[in-house]
Amino acid sequence: MGVEGIGARVARKEDKRFLTGKGRYTDDMTVPGMKYAFFVRSAYAHARILSIDTAAAEAMPGIIAVLGGKQLQADGIGNLICGWMIHSKDGSPMKMGAWRPLAHETVRYVGDAIAIVVADSLSEARDAAEAVVVEYEVLSAVTQASLALADGQPQIHPEAANNIIFDWQLGDGDATDAALARAAHVTEMKIVNNRLSPNPMEPRATLGIYDDAEDHYTCYTTSQNPHVARLVMSAFYNVAPENKLRVIAPDVGGGFGSKIYIYPEEIVCLWASKKTGVPVKWTSDRTEAFLTDAHGRDHETTVKMAFDADHRIIGLKVDTIANIGAYMSLFSSATPTYLYATLLSGQYDIPAIHANVRAVYTNTAPVDAYRGAGRPEATYVMERTIETAARELGVSPVELRRKNFIRSFPHQTPVIMNYDAGDFDASLDAALAASDYAGFPARKAAAAARGMKRGIGMSCYIEACGIAPSAAVGSLGAGVGLWESAEVRVNAVGTIEVLTGSHSHGQGHETTFAQLIADRFGVPMDNVNIVHGDTDKVQMGMGTYGSRSGAVGMSAIVKALDKVEAKAKKIAAHLMEADESDIVIENGELKVAGTDKTLPWFQVALAAYTAHNLPSGMEPGLKETAFYDPSNFTFPAGCYICEVEVDPETGKTQIVQFVAADDFGNIINPMIVEGQVHGGIAQGIGQALLEAVHYDPANGQLITASYMDYAMPRADDLPSFQLSHQTTPCPSNPLGIKGCGEAGAIGSPPALINAITDAIGNNDLSMPATPQKVWLAANVAH
Amino acid sequence: MYATHYHRASSVQDALSLKSAAEDSRYLSGGMTLIATMKQRLAAPTDLVDLRHVEAMKGVTVAGRTVRIGAGTTHYDVASSAALAGVCPAICALASHIGDPHVRHMGTIGGSIANNDPAADYPSALLALDAVIVTDRREIGAADFFTGLFETALVEDEIVTAVTFEAPEKAGYAKFPNPASRYAMTGVFVTKGAGGVRVAVTGAGSDGVFRHAGLEQALSARWSPDAVAGVAVDPSNLMADLHASADYRANLVKVMTKRAVAAA
Repeated sequence: MGVEGIGARVARKEDKRFLTGKGRYTDDMTVPGMKYAFFVRSAYAHARILSIDTAAAEAMPGIIAVLGGKQLQADGIGNLICGWMIHSKDGSPMKMGAWRPLAHETVRYVGDAIAIVVADSLSEARDAAEAVVVEYEVLSAVTQASLALADGQPQIHPEAANNIIFDWQLGDGDATDAALARAAHVTEMKIVNNRLSPNPMEPRATLGIYDDAEDHYTCYTTSQNPHVARLVMSAFYNVAPENKLRVIAPDVGGGFGSKIYIYPEEIVCLWASKKTGVPVKWTSDRTEAFLTDAHGRDHETTVKMAFDADHRIIGLKVDTIANIGAYMSLFSSATPTYLYATLLSGQYDIPAIHANVRAVYTNTAPVDAYRGAGRPEATYVMERTIETAARELGVSPVELRRKNFIRSFPHQTPVIMNYDAGDFDASLDAALAASDYAGFPARKAAAAARGMKRGIGMSCYIEACGIAPSAAVGSLGAGVGLWESAEVRVNAVGTIEVLTGSHSHGQGHETTFAQLIADRFGVPMDNVNIVHGDTDKVQMGMGTYGSRSGAVGMSAIVKALDKVEAKAKKIAAHLMEADESDIVIENGELKVAGTDKTLPWFQVALAAYTAHNLPSGMEPGLKETAFYDPSNFTFPAGCYICEVEVDPETGKTQIVQFVAADDFGNIINPMIVEGQVHGGIAQGIGQALLEAVHYDPANGQLITASYMDYAMPRADDLPSFQLSHQTTPCPSNPLGIKGCGEAGAIGSPPALINAITDAIGNNDLSMPATPQKVWLAANVAH
Repeated sequence: MYATHYHRASSVQDALSLKSAAEDSRYLSGGMTLIATMKQRLAAPTDLVDLRHVEAMKGVTVAGRTVRIGAGTTHYDVASSAALAGVCPAICALASHIGDPHVRHMGTIGGSIANNDPAADYPSALLALDAVIVTDRREIGAADFFTGLFETALVEDEIVTAVTFEAPEKAGYAKFPNPASRYAMTGVFVTKGAGGVRVAVTGAGSDGVFRHAGLEQALSARWSPDAVAGVAVDPSNLMADLHASADYRANLVKVMTKRAVAAA
């Protein structure tokens, strides 16, 4: 490992511009003639639109246009789609209702877009939006999924009877039922995974520019995957053919999944730009973000975990109702199915598993993948249940987990996944040691003497990243392949540009990816530039989500580097009159092994471009492209141990210790990985202690529409985290990387809730464990 | 935010004339609530008359145990007044936990009490301290000043210019913050002095700040954190919302009282 190579704690190249306010975000983009958009949105959760009167608004000062859904539909702009087909267990395809970019017949959640107002200034657009008169016939609304599927509830889309989009299953129902029937003990729990609002620091924004002279569109947008945005807008929404549409996702301030999807605003602003002849910019305010960004989680689950007399898990039965919201967002069908039920084996050897998932429409914002996406829900089900089982069985939660750990790899679970590597004991041992688990009883007694209830809880998580083998996901219903691309351009002076289909929105790719090049060629990181986020610059790519940029994106770079290296060696061998197989690359030089013959990297690059003296028949230039399609998912895993003190008088929980022992495979930059884990745990603690989206069940109004009511974790809610890494390299990709972006958010909620329930002696506690809930649960128990 | 006109008053008299000359005007004294409300387009005054630069309304003076805090004094200046800390550190501690540093450098005591947010900290202090609210035209006892949720005894255009009180023998404040907003979900200010024991509760009452007779009796009998143990707090007049039921708030009233006494 060099000072800048793989394994080095290199400070982030991009931080200077972020920390000094020099980042260039979508809202920073300004073009001549640009106008501002404000959207008219539904004030009701469910209503029929009787009429829309824009006359008064159009007459107001500074107004360019007020456009609605009828005009959009007349211009042939398509409805929004869900890109992953799920079939119900009866074989029928999922029942997807129409999501119009601008609603003109029915609105289905508070915030549903109805019209766009384009004006000289944002305040004029906003003033005019208030003057648009929408006449509604208000319909009754339903916000909770388990209510929405009952008879007699409001029907949200005509396509989906009882609001059920699909009723899907995975695993062997008969074998699981048989295991439950013969079990010595069954632990049954009802578990709710609370709905979350993603809250990236940068709200969504878009700038649509139509160039009449060139008949060409440019879309600046806050996207995690600009090429997918271009593909979908072109292929499904008829905004423009791909060759006439450039999508640019510049600096993006956090996404957490919410910026994977295509939303109405990008489509409408592009269309409005053509319609009005002016560039149209829209930036979400925080209220709109709460109302319209795709939410996460929102599962209601019943789980039964069956044990034999020796405390081995012999079966697991899970029944989940997933709230999809009012419309099916881009990957909303995959999140509660193939990203969820496939992880229900956890770290355990379970012979029989059956999961049933019903996806249900409600009059709420669309729900889709949010940091972890299905895997936090699965981990929460598994780790709360096994902890509860240990308490019911009167055995150590550590030993119950150990007894059931998978220890030989590869391991085929009953729910599709084939775990390729791992050492679950190693992470558990490390976490037990770091947390001084053995010393807990003494700490609990000391806390009790101070009147505090101290508890300890753990979570042994596994997740699936590196998504995903294209053929595999294709067979499961994905509408896209999940490979990644890279192009490595060595310039004539030896500097290097790497064009990647991955997209950085906080992950530090400009640093981590450059470290890989520095390591491979021995060139300074400063000579390497990472280019991403622009469909006119970068070849087709699939973007960043699911902790895939290291495992998939960097693997594509490795493949391109292999090609570059092979060609550079051929050139060097030719120039130094040596055999190609004797050429080695070290410290920025190409050398003939065992001799003092050497050529600096830049001279080889220069030779490639002058082309004065290349091997016979070789094309000039030194630039290679690669597409990498993974052969398997990757399986990050680990053990988190959380220790809390609960104030029994108020129910307030203080986290006094948090230990994370993770196996991410090989690590490029430990500092960036630690930052990812810190952020992930903060979000997991947010879910477990503080965050929850609440709709008024009577009328579907969003109650938590600001930070006055939606509690985000603050620095003083969080402890210092003790991190460690145990490494089993991933066997399926060239760098041995598993991925680290989501683990913190996946592993931490059950560890924290298990700690609180341990402290108060009551397993019946739901997230977020607010002081009030904990106080009530503690008082019920005593 | 809708367009508005901003006026910076140089004196109380100037403020009164600016206010009455405008069509639909509001006083601004920090704007920590009003500006946020205007940004959400929930308030749309045509004119704002800023009181924060009226010199006569700023600063803390302590004479013996008599305290005078100008209405335009920021929370930061209250929190960091050494003279005030010498006679009534509880109110300094209270001010030091309002909002965040930005809020504490902009928000003022006069703005806070004139707004009378049911979850604001100051109303409980002023009620427990039996403070007098001085306006441009009269003096109002705290018990008469706070009349309901966001309601005060102030009449149209009346300006709070100062608050005064006699520092009690003992005073303490304990707040349980709302996990999201960090306003008081329940805050209790207790005092013990010549006028006896006073217990004032903010963040919990469905009519805003209130005194609790049962707690006052218990603490009058015995000034000790343990003295509140047997007191019943009736939840029927307490607020209930997403974050805390009335029963939970009733519990917090007792617990915060206990902790305020311990801190006093």
